[in-house]
Amino acid sequence: MINLKEIFQPLAAMLLAPLLFGIINRVKAFFAGRRGQPLLQSYYDLWKLLNKGAVYSTTTSWVFRASPVVCLAAVVIVACIIPLGARNVISFSGDFVLAVYLLGLMRFFMVIAALDTGSSFEGMGASREVQFSMLAEPALFIGLAVLARLTSSLSLAQAFSSVTPQVWASHCATLLLVAAAFVIILLAENARIPVDDPNTHLELTMIHEVMVLDNSGPDFAFIMYAAAIKLWLFSVLLVRVLLPVGSMPGWASVLVSITAVLLIAVLVGIVESCMARLRLIKVPHLLFSAAALAILALVFAFRD
Amino acid sequence: MNDSFLILHNGNMADIGLLPQWPLDEFTRRVLAQVQEGARIASFFGCPRPNGAVLLIMVLADDDRGVFKLASVEVKERFASLTPQVPQAHWFEREIAEQFHICPEGHPWLKPIRFQEENSRIGVTNFFRVEGSEIHEVAVGPVHAGIIEPGHFRFQCNGENVLHLEISLGYQHRGIEQAMAGSPLKRSLHYVQTAAGDTTIGHTLAYCQLLEALGRCHVPARAHVLRGIALELERLANHTGDLGALAGDIGYLPTASFCGRIRGDFLNLTAMLCGNRFGRNFVRPGGTMFDLDESMAPEFRARLDAAFKDVTNAADCLWQTPSVLSRFDGTGMLSKELCHQLGLVGPAARACGVDRDCRYDFAGGIFSFKQVPVATWDTCDVFGRAYVRWLEIQHSTALIRDLLEAIPAGSASAELAQPLANKIAVSVVEGWRGEICHTAITDAQGRIERCKIVDPSFHNWMGLAVAMRNQQISDFPLCNKSFNLSYCGHDL
Repeated sequence: MINLKEIFQPLAAMLLAPLLFGIINRVKAFFAGRRGQPLLQSYYDLWKLLNKGAVYSTTTSWVFRASPVVCLAAVVIVACIIPLGARNVISFSGDFVLAVYLLGLMRFFMVIAALDTGSSFEGMGASREVQFSMLAEPALFIGLAVLARLTSSLSLAQAFSSVTPQVWASHCATLLLVAAAFVIILLAENARIPVDDPNTHLELTMIHEVMVLDNSGPDFAFIMYAAAIKLWLFSVLLVRVLLPVGSMPGWASVLVSITAVLLIAVLVGIVESCMARLRLIKVPHLLFSAAALAILALVFAFRD
Repeated sequence: MNDSFLILHNGNMADIGLLPQWPLDEFTRRVLAQVQEGARIASFFGCPRPNGAVLLIMVLADDDRGVFKLASVEVKERFASLTPQVPQAHWFEREIAEQFHICPEGHPWLKPIRFQEENSRIGVTNFFRVEGSEIHEVAVGPVHAGIIEPGHFRFQCNGENVLHLEISLGYQHRGIEQAMAGSPLKRSLHYVQTAAGDTTIGHTLAYCQLLEALGRCHVPARAHVLRGIALELERLANHTGDLGALAGDIGYLPTASFCGRIRGDFLNLTAMLCGNRFGRNFVRPGGTMFDLDESMAPEFRARLDAAFKDVTNAADCLWQTPSVLSRFDGTGMLSKELCHQLGLVGPAARACGVDRDCRYDFAGGIFSFKQVPVATWDTCDVFGRAYVRWLEIQHSTALIRDLLEAIPAGSASAELAQPLANKIAVSVVEGWRGEICHTAITDAQGRIERCKIVDPSFHNWMGLAVAMRNQQISDFPLCNKSFNLSYCGHDL
């Protein structure tokens, strides 16, 4: 028998994730003095794309067709690992390694599918994506290692449940550093400003968007949907580090977490409204600083 | 035979007989000497002769003395290219070669610029290629992701680094110059208004100055003032739009979203003058077609003030945001020396610290009476080009306010006589992109035999290509926007 509490996180991620894009767009519209698109626009877009046919270039192979499915499947499995409440569907000692590598698998397929098209634009996007994620991934791993050290548990569900107000009181600086690193990783991994501009039409400047230029119809819907879930998951990671909701009663902690995830979308919208993109050549500096923050946190964690 | 250049002022004419015609070697020698002394090529074009030869006419701009120096040479089939010594002749000689099938010998990169031959396919040509296993080639356009005009860009890259950019245009070629032969015709004015749609006032004004010079027409003072207001409004609208577009390219939301609307406010002011947001049919040979009613002046002024206040806020957002400045600083560098060699004009040249502005150097029309400060900046990068635009927004607003204070009474239009026969005239206007140069030669019946239009983009496209060298390819859109050149103005 499936426990509702266990499948709640994947359900919430799959149902609510596209809402995050809607919130970000509305916040940006507010700052620009516009009314903005409907909050549920991403859902309409997904529905529209799912009802369309897909166009495939003759230069592409099965890799290009498999990529959207693999990406969505990978990110849904990660949604079963990263917990919103006390438990999740998949939880075992060392599950965070699986989560990070599933995200890696998603990226791998996106990159080789982009290379599969043979387009120079997509090749450039793939090269940028690989370069930047190579720098972001260690920061993410180190951040998670700090959590594991502080809570003495190797499973994400357990680790996050152990982030209690007491842990915050005694390791405030360490957790803040991890949270700061996670904010940067969230922006970088989800192709947001200041690393990438999700709204630009300029192929030469894109990172993530340019890799999916050739995808259309349901394939593109899968990719958009996977991207939304990925943003949701990174937001959940950040929320669970920042808020000691583990000690709250079950449903209350879930409600607080969801609210906080939506607030993070607002935060992302504010960042995008207030600053310009970094020059591409300076993006690694930002990612290095995320890694530096995480390493500093690790040093603090081991000193205790 | 004349032994010195024909000297012409902006908006003046002379007998075609006074145009010196030298042997080729003397022509080359004298032009080279002038360029070394600081003159630049404002226009260089061919004019077919009845005997099958082509008369090449050189219009040199002497910015310091504020005069144009003209000379000509008759050539058949081939002539010695100036480009190796004078890089700014590059594009002009390619144009001459394409239009008249005469070969500039020694030209380093001779190929069509517009592909106007019957059976040539636009953009299908050999591009400069860098060989090497680490080099990759990126082709962009002619169809672009945004709603812009068609043009093809071919990058030779080493990773993210651009080694060379070649720009191939011609997709917008409509044959305007050819259609202008025989003017003034009923249609000529409409052709010239659409030579570059965003510079309607600039091009129309240059053309009208030509006809007024050729017809010895005295334009009323009121018309000069109204034309000045329209020209500066065009500059305000486009510079504002450019600041917004620059912000948009770097993903900076506030300025990007405000400037689009404010640009519309300036365009609406032009519409208040003449009923068209781009100033179509406002400037007419002999004056202006519409007048600014006294009762409209206060509202006009109030709306100008409101729009200026808004653009000040939007621009200040740019200069006060560190992430914006770090993006603009040092992007798309183009040295002052290169700027001189390539003969750049307009804000692109002024951002390299070159004080080149037709409103000052070749003052005509209202600018004979009112001076506008030449806005320069010497950082030579995208920031410079953005900041010069901001300075010009301030200067243009101040000028319009000044002009609105006292608009001379009287008619805004004068009768225009037919052009005189066998004359040559030069007219330049500082459009918002830079120097617009129109040259015309009339035949024995007083019809314009050859009308040469040089849009500022014609000078500046090469500047963009050179500015991209050793830059990041991801900076190209930003760099491109900082020049914001016209495709149709180039292709004509």
